[in-house]
Amino acid sequence: MGERAMDRAHAGHAHAGTREYLKVGVMLFVLTVVEVAVIYLEALRPVLAPVLVGLSAWKFLLVASVFMHLKYDSRVYSGFFAVGVVLAILIALAVTAILA
Amino acid sequence: MSHSSHAASMPAGAAAHGHEHHTSLGIPNHKLATWLFIASESMFFAALITTYMVFRYRSVVGPHPDEVVNIPLTTVSTFILLMSSLTMALGVSAAQRGESKAVGRFLLFTILGGIGFLVIQFYEWWHLAHHYGLTWNTNIFGSIFYILTGFHKAHVIFGMIWLAVLAVSAFRGTLRREHAVHVDVAGLYWHFVDVVWIVIFTVVFLLTEAGV
Amino acid sequence: MATTTLERSFWQALPKPRARTGFWSWVTTVDHKRIGILYFWTALAFFLIGGVEALLIRLQLARPEQDLVAPDLFNQLFTMHATTMIFLAIMPLTAAFFNYFIPLLVGARDVAFPKLNALSYWMFLAGGIFLNSSWVLGGPSDAGWFGYPNYSLSEFNPGLGVDFWIIGLLLAGIGTLVSGFNFIVTILNMRAPGMSLMRMPMFAWATLVTSFLIVFSFPVITVALLLLLFDRVFGTVFFDVFSGADLTLYHHLFWVFGHPEVYIIVLPAMGIVSEVLPVFSRKPLFGYSVMVFSTMLIGFVGFGVWSHHLFTVGMGPVVNTIFSLATMIIAVPTGIKMFNWIGTLFGGRLRFTAAMLYSLGFLALFLIGGLTGVMLSAAPSNTQIHHTYFVVGHFHYVMIGGALFSLMSALHYWGPKMFGRMLDERLGKVAFWTLFVGFNLTFFPMNILGVMGMPRRIYTYSAGMGWDGLNATSTLGALIMAVSILITLYNLVTSLRNGERAPADPWDGRTLEWAIPSPAPEYNFARLPNVSSRDELWVRKHPQLAEGAAVAASAESDGPAEPIAMPGGSYMPLLVSLGLFIAGYGLLYSMPVFVGGIVLSLLGLIGWGFEGDNMRIIQPGGEQ
Ligand SMILES: [Cu+2]
Repeated sequence: MGERAMDRAHAGHAHAGTREYLKVGVMLFVLTVVEVAVIYLEALRPVLAPVLVGLSAWKFLLVASVFMHLKYDSRVYSGFFAVGVVLAILIALAVTAILA
Repeated sequence: MSHSSHAASMPAGAAAHGHEHHTSLGIPNHKLATWLFIASESMFFAALITTYMVFRYRSVVGPHPDEVVNIPLTTVSTFILLMSSLTMALGVSAAQRGESKAVGRFLLFTILGGIGFLVIQFYEWWHLAHHYGLTWNTNIFGSIFYILTGFHKAHVIFGMIWLAVLAVSAFRGTLRREHAVHVDVAGLYWHFVDVVWIVIFTVVFLLTEAGV
Repeated sequence: MATTTLERSFWQALPKPRARTGFWSWVTTVDHKRIGILYFWTALAFFLIGGVEALLIRLQLARPEQDLVAPDLFNQLFTMHATTMIFLAIMPLTAAFFNYFIPLLVGARDVAFPKLNALSYWMFLAGGIFLNSSWVLGGPSDAGWFGYPNYSLSEFNPGLGVDFWIIGLLLAGIGTLVSGFNFIVTILNMRAPGMSLMRMPMFAWATLVTSFLIVFSFPVITVALLLLLFDRVFGTVFFDVFSGADLTLYHHLFWVFGHPEVYIIVLPAMGIVSEVLPVFSRKPLFGYSVMVFSTMLIGFVGFGVWSHHLFTVGMGPVVNTIFSLATMIIAVPTGIKMFNWIGTLFGGRLRFTAAMLYSLGFLALFLIGGLTGVMLSAAPSNTQIHHTYFVVGHFHYVMIGGALFSLMSALHYWGPKMFGRMLDERLGKVAFWTLFVGFNLTFFPMNILGVMGMPRRIYTYSAGMGWDGLNATSTLGALIMAVSILITLYNLVTSLRNGERAPADPWDGRTLEWAIPSPAPEYNFARLPNVSSRDELWVRKHPQLAEGAAVAASAESDGPAEPIAMPGGSYMPLLVSLGLFIAGYGLLYSMPVFVGGIVLSLLGLIGWGFEGDNMRIIQPGGEQ
């Protein structure tokens, strides 16, 4: 049984350490700075939309996996959240595309 | 909601101390319900963000989004909200170790972060209304901008009330280790509100400033 | 729990409901069975209101150029008929059976959150009363059950009717959402030992998938309604065409909810039929795992077809084609279910009880509803019959032929367990045949009228269009249906008073609810069962079956017979919903009242958190 599986076996009791939280905090800070910086870079203009969406997805996943400890918790939670978010994104994209 | 539903959540027949050991999936009812609530809220905000995406440049009269977004100010408020998520995570961690006073402190920091975020955001509203004349009646962009950010703010405020109730218990030392799940689910809600803001920050502010 | 001595002394000193019988015991109950019964009677009352509205509509249309009902009132009638039937009758009737039977079917002593369950009921009642109070407070909405702007904006629809409609739906919607969370957690997390997901009765699966549909679709209509409400009350311009609005955004948001809503109504109906057919065929359900999979597939694909309601708004051929195909795909899992039900009947020892007849009626009528649905799903033919009586015929075959017939089946099948009395079988069969004949007389002509071009929602029509005979037939059918409903009501009332007392297992059932007395005791199971078969009770009754030995062995380890702690009642759920109910009127008439209502409901929430559990220890009476 891998370390990850062990964590899952203790679903709800295992948790990230303070170090990891601080690391994610710093990452979020850095990513936000990068996000704001890239919009003023002329060179990136053509790919700006995917870059911004990617950076924001990265932040999203960091908060969800570490702060909301989906990484360590029962997969049932990740499953429900994923279904909700994916459904939300698909419907949002479809409606936006139809009405564009 | 979690706090209030605590009493209700006890499986009938469980020992009177409210521990949900015997669930079929081995996870607490509370937490499962909170995640479902969060999944459901994703659809709520998706519908609002869709409305924003469809309507943002349809206004017949200005101001339009690219004329009014304030990146520096919003970036600061975003930092504050992100950091409040960090203190929230540390608070949950302290709760799981049973350190009641530390929980109280971290929750207090989180609430202060919420207040900081709201102060800046309300200042931005005031600024938009007074310097650009943008209200929710001005044009269709104004309508969806205030409603989208307004519902987000309402979630922040509700979260702060929830955390405050927990913080009071924590400072009084009655929030013991076995109550960690209450802090946990409140934290999930708070992080979710943060995650929604990450999306709003990109969609409403950064993409607009970038001219996308 | 996280309370201090100080909080304890205040909140816990509040009076706790102690009554175990009488009015207050019902008002404060958190028992899923009592809540189920409250849902049942309340929904029945709204069903009768919706039925009277339907009859008035049909009487007005019985002959051409009548003026029995004025045009304005006619619009209000069809709006309120649809809204009432969908949100206040059919859905709460399914909720009545979710409430009473889900814990019994999965082997639990209550739902996961009993107090939230009470809140769901009170929110439903609050929404229902709020909505219907508009009849005496200036008249209800006439904007249809969908409330499309811009007709539903204040400019074209002054008065408070639409506001009552919006707020009523929001109030009831809170209840529905909360029960969605509650039943998912109950089904996933409160199952008896050994009750694996793939051993659950189909009705539990249907409830699970339905609850997911609720959880993911109700937030979307909430947004649509809120945008409309803000336009009406606060002057935002979301749906103001002169400000650049695209009204079809509302259509999309509404139908992203609206189509899953159809399955929120139909999946439980399919679940009921999947319980009734095996019992009265003395056979296990045919193709159980395929049924489970089909249910999930219908739920999933059901989220990707909403635009089939918008084929005529000009989305273009590509979008129309995609949504046509997606819609047709749903016919596949539905067809699979049809064949599985027939497979269940095939070679069985059929007993034609009233419950069985209604379920068989479901098979025939829902098939027609499904087939007319496939006809509508083709975008080109949809363009021809959109907004005609064909559509009305189609969805009534789904809503009545599907949902109502299965609910009637459930009433006759599960009624004895809920009320402890047998319903009269002879009256039940008479009512079935009357309903079957009346229903087809009412709605089959509509399919033809639609193809002939009779539009929906017109308050009258000229003579000589060739529509007279079919409309008269339809009205006659509606009156026959009313007679059937009256027979059922008479049956219900007299049987509950003088009917034969129901034994624990009147139908030779297969699932756990029949293992306990009728009506079910407060704690449901004196000993929690240890489950090892899909047809647990059936195998326990027939130990000679292949699974018999294994089931008997696991039954040895049923839970111990010991004192059971059950949650006592609470005033708080009622208080919370009362606060929101008052706030609803406040929003329309007076801001201080609005604030007062919100404060009341926040106080209710805090009291809820701190009042404690009010647990009571019960000694089971040694049944089982
Ligand atoms: Cu549909």
